[in-house]
Amino acid sequence: MSTTTHDHAHDAHGHHKPSFVSRWLMSTNHKDIGTLYITAAFIGAMVGGVLSMIMRLQLMYPHNDIITNGNTWNAIITAHGLIMIFWFVMPALIGGLGNWFVPIMIGAPDMAFPRLNNMSFWFLVAGFVFVMLGLFLGNGTGAGWTLYPPLDNAQYSPGVATDFSLFSIHLVGISSLLGAINFIATILNMRAPGMTMHKMPLFCWSILVTAFLLVLAIPVLAGAVTMLIMDRNFGTSFFEPAGGGDPVLFQHLFWFFGHPEVYIMILPAFGIISHVVSTFSKKPIFGYLGMAYAMVIIGFVGFVVWAHHMFVSAISTDSKVYFEVATLVIAVPTGIKVFSWIATMWGGSIEFKTPMLWAVGFIFLFVIGGATGIVLANASLDQELHNDYFLIAHFHYVLSMGAAFAIFAGFYYWIGKMAGHQYPEFWGKVHFWTFFIGVNLTFFPMHFLGLAGMPRRYPDYADAFAGWNYVSSVGAIISGLSTLVFFYVLYSVFTSKEKLADNYWGEGATTLEWAVPSPAPHHTFEDVPVIR
Amino acid sequence: MQRRIVSALGVACVMLLCGHVALAQTASADPLAAANSYVNAPFDWQMWLPKAGSPMEARIDWLMQYVLWIMAGVVGFVGLLMLFVIIRFRANRNPKPSQVTHNTLIEVVWIVVPVLILAVIIVPSINLIYYQADDSNPYLTVTVTGHQWYWEYNYNSVPGLDYTSYMIPDDQIQPGELRRLSVDHPLVLPVGEKVKFVITSGDVLHGFYLPSLGVQKYAIPGTTLTSWTIIDKPGTYYGQCNQICGLNHDAMPIEIKAVPLADYIAWTKTALATYTDNTVPATPLSSPMPRNQLADATR
Repeated sequence: MSTTTHDHAHDAHGHHKPSFVSRWLMSTNHKDIGTLYITAAFIGAMVGGVLSMIMRLQLMYPHNDIITNGNTWNAIITAHGLIMIFWFVMPALIGGLGNWFVPIMIGAPDMAFPRLNNMSFWFLVAGFVFVMLGLFLGNGTGAGWTLYPPLDNAQYSPGVATDFSLFSIHLVGISSLLGAINFIATILNMRAPGMTMHKMPLFCWSILVTAFLLVLAIPVLAGAVTMLIMDRNFGTSFFEPAGGGDPVLFQHLFWFFGHPEVYIMILPAFGIISHVVSTFSKKPIFGYLGMAYAMVIIGFVGFVVWAHHMFVSAISTDSKVYFEVATLVIAVPTGIKVFSWIATMWGGSIEFKTPMLWAVGFIFLFVIGGATGIVLANASLDQELHNDYFLIAHFHYVLSMGAAFAIFAGFYYWIGKMAGHQYPEFWGKVHFWTFFIGVNLTFFPMHFLGLAGMPRRYPDYADAFAGWNYVSSVGAIISGLSTLVFFYVLYSVFTSKEKLADNYWGEGATTLEWAVPSPAPHHTFEDVPVIR
Repeated sequence: MQRRIVSALGVACVMLLCGHVALAQTASADPLAAANSYVNAPFDWQMWLPKAGSPMEARIDWLMQYVLWIMAGVVGFVGLLMLFVIIRFRANRNPKPSQVTHNTLIEVVWIVVPVLILAVIIVPSINLIYYQADDSNPYLTVTVTGHQWYWEYNYNSVPGLDYTSYMIPDDQIQPGELRRLSVDHPLVLPVGEKVKFVITSGDVLHGFYLPSLGVQKYAIPGTTLTSWTIIDKPGTYYGQCNQICGLNHDAMPIEIKAVPLADYIAWTKTALATYTDNTVPATPLSSPMPRNQLADATR
């Protein structure tokens, strides 16, 4: 794709310098809002990460006494799940990197609805306050991130904590929904002349599909959460058997949202990996159209597989067969993506800069997580593996290693464009290798624990599970120390005085953000770029 | 039911005539002694599924190996491919990148081959789903009810046999018992007979999970789910609650004593007399057991 732009050399900060308050609290600029989102995601990751450290320290030994109250433990696992999903992975990928780069990549001056954009960010912040109240007030919210009733109804979870957590889901849901509407409007209407859908960078495709998933899935979650809140506070019995309701209904509604949600978290990651692989192989992406439509197919099929989370719940035998087959079908478009990344590298001239290390790590670990996903998709095997540590290993391979590796790949790839200073290459690589070793040591032994039958959400376990739990906790400590390296990388970036070229990655980086200065000026594309 | 017990007694007689281990056990005072000969519990550094205690678990084990070896092949293939690409196409070995972005043949191949692999997985997997669903003609049906935080076992074919099963608290563990796995009153089942579980809950969701027998179902208030097993040999088998159920989710394990049929029948008689004081009255859904009663007892 060749691009022209008339955008260099104008005042980087527009016509006036806004005050701190009006720039950051009332921002309507997609880059500033993107920065705010990334900051929020950073805070979310730290809080969620500290919670996971507490969990791994508790599980390091059997009969450990760091957490002696089951309610505290349940509140921690619930908050860890909710925060990592809604306040780390989603804001980092969609609100953060999506906000920053989608408008630039399609040659738009900003998002379609800048004030809506600001509003979705502040809903996220409000939601975070509420989810923290849900963690700390009273006994905390202890139903797990899936929030299954009856455990979180008024009878079994009295107190306001659960109401705060449920309401935080509403707030973050509104935030995501408004953001998704904004992305759809922006991508469909504001592409620069010549930027046809079939020329649009894959990251924009991934955000577009993600936005459609959000628009379709979030309202279902909102409905389910509303019914829960009404059951808790207004005497309805949507999920109460005693009143003719059904707890299984909630499971259906939750996973009708929850399964698309996993693709909401991984599709933007796919987009980032495509850009990084193409840039550092110095080759255009292999099979571009196949890559774009594979994401569309994943998004579509992702909506009709939800009950594979319910194989040991109330579900008929024939439905199990359908949901198993439909789930396995997703492996095909996912395979297209993995093989296309490898084909993009094939014949390339690969440079292993830090972003490429994260991308290659992502592909390999995501394939492992995908392989265990195929195992778990078998309803017949789920009868053995459902809810045990094999499942925990599986979804941390695709999230803690999949989504998180892609977030780091995107961070190292674009930080120069966002901050105007490059990261230190050596420390970036140290961060990658320590994190790679740490997370594999944490999560690989969990496969064994799961096969041996260790259930999830246990603060204390049978003594036979001690060995692999210890190894896993050592891995978690290594990952935690690795994060300190990342802090140093951040410190180096923000104290650097080094100036960066527009396109600091060279010939492989072909999308529009590499045609604007580093850091990207406050207003990009005051003249509309033309894509030939 | 009468006929079934008669025929079961017949089976027991055959077992006795065969000089089965039951011969020695029936003479013993403790009808559960046979279950102590073999313990199927998780062990240190275990890396694979439990040793199969039932035909169901044996089939799950087989399918697990089948699927996992196929997937190991896929991961191995992708891994080697990536290793080759990483080594062969490094910038210093291949300074001029190719610009190839399409190859129709390879793109069709990497769609068709995964579809074939999935087909190979799906066939035995679906067979096993229907096998798992076939709970017809059980010898014995046990209604299993999850409560915060104990299990209740009601033997449908033994009127009045309904008792509760609590975890042994950590500070009362005796030698030979397993911390977090042993219970005060285990579930007693006959060996070699089809046992159907009707699983429900008296309060929140629980998970009835027996890894070594290949059984897992949610316990859901207001509805019943079924599963079944045939235990291969006398022994002690363990399971745990596998759906978050509140404060003591990790403190409601399942312990099964599997004994020869004759011992089982002998046990039902003593149990009817012994367990009467443990019998839980049927609790209406609107008024579950007091929740905090156990909180400090087990932690």
